[in-house]
Amino acid sequence: MDQVEHHKDRGDLMDNKEKVIIMNNVGKVYSTGKNKYRALNGVNLEIEKGEFVAIVGPSGAGKSTLMNLIGCLDTLTEGEYYLDGISIGNMKDNQLAEIRNRKIGFIFQTYNLINKLNVLENVELPLIYMGTPINETRKRAISALQKLGLESHLRHKPTELSGGQMQRVAIARAIVTNPEIILADEPTGALDSKTGLEVLNILKDLNKEGNTIVLITHDMNIALNAKRIITVKDGVIVSDSYVENLKEVGVCED
Amino acid sequence: MRRLMLFKMAFTSIASNKIRTFLTMLGIIIGISSVITLVGLGEGTKKKVQEQIESLGTNLITVNITSRRTKGLSDEDIELIKTKPGIKNVAPLLNQNGIIVKSGTKTYSTTVEASTPEYFGIRKLEVESGRKLEKDDIESRGTVAVIGQDIVIELFPLQNPIGQSINIQGVDFTIVGVLKSQGSSVGGSGDDRVIIPITTAKRLFKTDEVRTIYIEGTSRDDTQLARGYLELYFNNRFKGDTSQYRVFDQTSLLETATKTTESMTLMLMGIAAISLLVGGIGIMNIMLVAVIERTREIGIRKAMGAKRRDIMIQFLIESSTVSLMGGVFGVISGYILANFLKSMLNMSVYISFNVVLFAVVFSIFVGIFFGIYPASRASKLNPIDALRYE
Repeated sequence: MDQVEHHKDRGDLMDNKEKVIIMNNVGKVYSTGKNKYRALNGVNLEIEKGEFVAIVGPSGAGKSTLMNLIGCLDTLTEGEYYLDGISIGNMKDNQLAEIRNRKIGFIFQTYNLINKLNVLENVELPLIYMGTPINETRKRAISALQKLGLESHLRHKPTELSGGQMQRVAIARAIVTNPEIILADEPTGALDSKTGLEVLNILKDLNKEGNTIVLITHDMNIALNAKRIITVKDGVIVSDSYVENLKEVGVCED
Repeated sequence: MRRLMLFKMAFTSIASNKIRTFLTMLGIIIGISSVITLVGLGEGTKKKVQEQIESLGTNLITVNITSRRTKGLSDEDIELIKTKPGIKNVAPLLNQNGIIVKSGTKTYSTTVEASTPEYFGIRKLEVESGRKLEKDDIESRGTVAVIGQDIVIELFPLQNPIGQSINIQGVDFTIVGVLKSQGSSVGGSGDDRVIIPITTAKRLFKTDEVRTIYIEGTSRDDTQLARGYLELYFNNRFKGDTSQYRVFDQTSLLETATKTTESMTLMLMGIAAISLLVGGIGIMNIMLVAVIERTREIGIRKAMGAKRRDIMIQFLIESSTVSLMGGVFGVISGYILANFLKSMLNMSVYISFNVVLFAVVFSIFVGIFFGIYPASRASKLNPIDALRYE
């Protein structure tokens, strides 16, 4: 409770900051025939530009649903959602696709690279759907891959790379469009701890450069790399606090 | 730019599964190559028939007395017809099929055509050696004959037939000329005949009924005019009973022949169309499998911002590229097959640019048509479900 208060105080102080995500009383109900399942209930969430937020919670708590909503992969059934000031609530398939394309960079646990395309082509993909001119597409994709130290692997197929390299390709693909948010769903889940740490450090660096990052994980130790941790349980947000505050009150060992 | 990239991605997909792509294409290849071969043969036959008919002379008009109830045409008729405008030459024809001709111990059954010297000019008959029939032969009822190449082969295989004699129904004829080879054409072999003076034949066959006359117009344009006068003349002669005679010129014969080959071509194309349909269903089948196999890829693309249309276009480009490639290979193999038939079976083949263009455009159409359903299914996949698909 205490921490939530703290956050609110800070929120007031930073009110002039641009809010990338605003969710008001968001709910999601899945209905299969007669059965209804409430995955999210009354979620209020604000994320500001430049934040590094981790969403944690046990499996089945609703974090995947929340991630799908934030990522505009799914539509909400209740409440309001503003992404970069745009109301997402009633959008159709194609509009959602455009929002995903321009505003969101996805990083998945299983990388989700297209195996028959080479590294460069995979990174070019979101730019192609954006309609970027071909020369610029190439230039931006190469510079994103250079940033992640993959310039020597442009023509490799994803299957020829290690897990860490594949995740770096996925990160390059996520940042190539300069999205409003980078949405990382268990990005270290398939990696060993050393490579996992590397990936987390990349995310931290990206955050330092001003990127807004939302990290979804079930692992508290990974969540602690973020600056703010939101805990979801049974479809509701049960806590929302800043890591530095957590450390102050000694909730976790540093 | 965006479209170009979509094309490139489609090619990448097609190239990543070569055997399957080839097998899918096979249906289209077979369909298109059969279209090309069959149409090529049909058009070739049509052209050949047209050429043959035209080689007979486009100024030619033929009159047949079809009714057996009336007497044939007399010499007076022929003299009268000669005076009509637009007519250059007239030749009566008495023609008897299945006549046995003998030379020594050899016998051969052939057609005996009896006519006048004009007949050679009108039917464009040339002699290889010796001479044609002459006016004198007619007037003197000469027992002379001009023979075709088949008769030479059958009766005089190793000797010069000029000056030799053949026996037709007990009368000896002296061979004065040998016709140049005509090759086979519409209406039988032009080489299998013996031509004798009509005056001699009237005695020989004990008939003076001429039921066929050949008329040559002064020019191609005058032929229609001449035909009109002929119709008028015969209409008067048979008192308006048009069922007793037939007047036709090469133009109408050409039309009939063209129609016949065209309807044959159309039928063959129908068969080819069915095989293309089967090929198209094959494409649809494979594309549906591909959509399921690539569910995850579609999910990734949608997460990256691909709209329904982008996915749709990608799959349509893939299906139409497969069918277009099938079409191109089909044209090539059809061309090879048609030329093989041409050289092996001595058939005439004509493959026009239009047919090739049609085949290629139609194959693209098949790809798009049968690709629409799978592509639309792919485009409607839910990105969350697609990403979760294993």
